[in-house]
Amino acid sequence: MTVVEADKDVRGRPDAQPGATAPLLQVEDLHTQFHTSRGIVRAVEGVSFSVDRGEVVAIVGESGSGKSVTALSIMRLLPRLTGKIPQGRVTFDGRNLLDLDDEQMREIRGRDISMIFQEPMTSLNPILTIGLQIKEPLQIHLGMSDDEAQARAIELLNLVGITDPERRLDQYPHQFSGGMRQRVMIAIGLACNPKLIIADEPTTALDVTIQAQILELMKNLSRKLNIALIIITHNLGVVARYADRVIVMYAARVAEQGPAEQLFHKPRHPYTMGLLRSVPRLDHPRGSKLETIEGLPPNLANVSTACRFAPRCPFRIPVCEQEPPLYPTDTGSLSRCHRHAEIAEGKITWSSLGGVGLNFAANTEAPVLSVRHLTKHFSVSGGLRGASGTVRAVEDVSFDIYPGETLGLVGESGCGKTTVGRLILRLEEPSAGEIHFEGVNLSTGSAAELKAMRRKVQVIFQDPYSSLNPRMTVGQIIGEPLHVYKIVSGRKQNEERVADLLENVGLRPEMAERYPHQLSGGQRQRVGIARALAMEPSFIVCDEAVSALDVSIQGQIINLLEELQRKFRLAYLFIAHDLAVVRHISARVVVMYFGRVMEIADRDVIYGGSLHPYTKVLLDAAPVPDPTIEKQREPRLIKGELPSHLAPPTGCVFNTRCPLASQECREVIPPLEEKRPGHFAACIKV
Amino acid sequence: MLRYSINRVLLMIPTLLGVAVLVFFLLRIVPGDIVEIKLRGDGGTVTQETIELERKRLGLDRPLINQFGTWMVGMATLDFGDSMWTERPVVTEIAGRLELSLQVAIMATLIAILLAIPMGTAAALFRDSWIDYTVRLITIGGLSIPSFWFGMLIMLTLLGLFNWLPPITFTPIYVDPVANLTQLIWPALAVGYRYCAVVARMIRSSLLEVMNEDYIRTARAKGVYEKLVVSRHALRNALLPAITVIGLEFTFLIGGLVVTEQVFNLNGIGQLFVQSVSRNDFTLIQGMVMLIAAFYVFVNLAIDLLYAVFDPRIRYNS
Ligand SMILES: Nc1ncnc2c1ncn2[C@@H]1O[C@H](COP(=O)(O)OP(=O)(O)OP(=O)(O)O)[C@@H](O)[C@H]1O
Ligand code: SF4
Ligand code: SF4
Ligand SMILES: [Mg+2]
Repeated sequence: MTVVEADKDVRGRPDAQPGATAPLLQVEDLHTQFHTSRGIVRAVEGVSFSVDRGEVVAIVGESGSGKSVTALSIMRLLPRLTGKIPQGRVTFDGRNLLDLDDEQMREIRGRDISMIFQEPMTSLNPILTIGLQIKEPLQIHLGMSDDEAQARAIELLNLVGITDPERRLDQYPHQFSGGMRQRVMIAIGLACNPKLIIADEPTTALDVTIQAQILELMKNLSRKLNIALIIITHNLGVVARYADRVIVMYAARVAEQGPAEQLFHKPRHPYTMGLLRSVPRLDHPRGSKLETIEGLPPNLANVSTACRFAPRCPFRIPVCEQEPPLYPTDTGSLSRCHRHAEIAEGKITWSSLGGVGLNFAANTEAPVLSVRHLTKHFSVSGGLRGASGTVRAVEDVSFDIYPGETLGLVGESGCGKTTVGRLILRLEEPSAGEIHFEGVNLSTGSAAELKAMRRKVQVIFQDPYSSLNPRMTVGQIIGEPLHVYKIVSGRKQNEERVADLLENVGLRPEMAERYPHQLSGGQRQRVGIARALAMEPSFIVCDEAVSALDVSIQGQIINLLEELQRKFRLAYLFIAHDLAVVRHISARVVVMYFGRVMEIADRDVIYGGSLHPYTKVLLDAAPVPDPTIEKQREPRLIKGELPSHLAPPTGCVFNTRCPLASQECREVIPPLEEKRPGHFAACIKV
Repeated sequence: MLRYSINRVLLMIPTLLGVAVLVFFLLRIVPGDIVEIKLRGDGGTVTQETIELERKRLGLDRPLINQFGTWMVGMATLDFGDSMWTERPVVTEIAGRLELSLQVAIMATLIAILLAIPMGTAAALFRDSWIDYTVRLITIGGLSIPSFWFGMLIMLTLLGLFNWLPPITFTPIYVDPVANLTQLIWPALAVGYRYCAVVARMIRSSLLEVMNEDYIRTARAKGVYEKLVVSRHALRNALLPAITVIGLEFTFLIGGLVVTEQVFNLNGIGQLFVQSVSRNDFTLIQGMVMLIAAFYVFVNLAIDLLYAVFDPRIRYNS
């Protein structure tokens, strides 16, 4: 440490003892506010935590709880005009970052602390080469010559597992896949050997198999180079696998923080307890109903002085009218709950919800929907270069869905899941194959039959916001199809039916007056469901219907979907990439890869005794929220990325990444065979 | 890239053909006759016979389709015909004036770009400060003040302050650069003002947008100097949409020139256009319209190619 830094430290914090024992980063009583036209948003209030050298700390919490703002405050990257830090101190390596001038802070960014952002697709500059973007911090902070920087950049790309780095350095971001861009971001983060890396949702935008590779890489590198890591995420599985310590944020404050093992096994705050119970889990037997935290987080522009979790807390007592401080607990954690001691003694627990389990009876009826040899090819033509080809988005897909049943459809992005959904909805014409809905062939059916089918097949989309017309009220959105399809007659009846539908999806009838932007994400998704229900469908395609929602809200929507299924005997095609969610809701599961079906079987068979190597890899890549299990696990086995659609692999499409692949796999396309009764797989080795 | 450029050049042929058909037949539909104007314009009395003879001599008596054919064949061999009024080749007529107009146009463009980039950048970086408000005021002026009015304002100011009047004759830049520049800087300023305003506003708004992009945050998080963040990371991206505007506005300059040349008493393409239209000089009008159309198409091509040079996503699109 230089003399100047030591001086500064003495001046800034006389009582501090800089040295090896002091934590690398110490955040104390941090307050961050945004001065917006609609008032002051207190995004972070009184947050304190510390990070030791080489330690991995995770910050979890719902969307809007202040995780990113905490990170940006440490980096002092808040929006200049609106973002303010009125109070607090951030001591990094003996210096209070909040006292530094802009130039001193700039020197620290990228050299001592680097940051990796959530969106790999937009976080790199599209018109500068990857090489320039990696070399930039090397030249700025370390004063390297161009040759030195080039050599170091090649070394870094090798380190993060990008092959052929010399050539890659001259390429531009759009020539890299999402996973590779995130590797480049990590390379940039590592460039100057920082002491701390802050990764804000580093893998949220990536597929599970890529997520596993990236996180593994980050963890190995941080261990090897003794770099401290702050991982911000909402995925509890990721936290369990990688974090030493966990900070749970709720509504701008720390709700609980402590060692990962303790926090997962002995949570001492009702919110943490609820969070852990509301995620569907691959490592637990499937519960009959997901337990949820009801309600919504408070609005940060105006919060009460009571415990912030009180409106959603089942253990609320009169004393909760006063906001609790952070109490030390028996587990060595800190908990912002008056009743932490009672929780520790086991006096209060979340009541088990029990509920009616879904009974999957044998399917003796005729299927509602059956799909045979469905194929969709898109022809693509390039721009200036004029390269063109065929994308085989869906190839020879067959399955049945029975009344009242949920069929899960899982796979990585780009595997054709959504296209299958669109083909069934007739938003896309199949290139080949047939779709039968309630016995009618959709490509040969009469106009009247097709019209009836359009009503009975509905869809719920991923993004609840963009799928609702912003200029219509909720009532109009739900009421419009009722009117168009003449399901009810007259205004009065229409209103009654809308109120009825809103009640079915757990919204108050007054909501009919609101506009979509006045609703939360979960509420919008409920409106989307109500709109689908209005048509009295028998079959609904749910395309990533809960993927954009927070854990606690996601559980509420899944429960709603199950309840409606029982009530109206709906069949669902549930398309999702989250394996645990699919497992929870589905009776049978289809696994797709690169346009083809790899495996179809009953849910418990897929999750308990899958045959196909791809399914195994997929399940292996998904971390479960249990640090004990996760820390004992072998490193992931999946390698590589999705092949290009313009140069598809010959033979089995999975052979470029399959751990069992042999020469034969490159020659024959394995057919989807019934390996055991009701269990289909497309692999020659099983 | 090369194949793409060749394709684009070949695509120009049908576009220009369309323009040719349109201008040729539109001109014949519009009432007015060059021979009438030429021979009877100043109140002279000429017999109908003389007029018929003159029409015959100019080939105006032939069927339209024949006239069109002759014109097209001529153009294919780069012969644009003779002006019906002066009877000198169209090419000669235009060439004599093109130099001046082109120089004004290029100077206007340079002024516009050189002023617009710093103005737009400063306004975006110091958003809502007095700098921003000043730039916004200036640019709103540029959009709302017609260029001829602004030109006259300049003229009157120069006359009032320095007793300066625009010279009657044009001095080419290679003859006397100082005389040339003092003569042309003012009209260039007059037409360049609007141009500059449009480009500056474009740069301001696209820079504001770019500064909110994730990759700017990444650059800052890397500890890149703020100056470099702006010049290397932000401005380059923000200039992409500005290129389109610069190109489009360049072609619009012609319109501004028509009036400004009158104001500054410049004998350029603009004046030639006005003259030839008032005389119904078909061949000359046709020649000039074709020139402007070709120019327009070329500028568009240049924009696209420039875009590809600046934006790797277009260059490597596969
Ligand atoms: N630039 C800004 N101006 C005003 N308010 C902001 C700004 N950035 C964030 N906020 C508010 O600050 C609060 C905390 O936001 P933050 O981005 O830290 O949440 P988060 O925990 O990272 O959520 P997510 O999981 O969605 O990333 C939110 O209420 C958000 O609306
Ligand atoms: S303080 Fe009260 S309301 Fe808040 S979390 Fe604890 S029990 Fe619930
Ligand atoms: S066929 Fe071969 S490559 Fe394909 S999944 Fe089976 S073992 Fe792997
Ligand atoms: Mg965030």
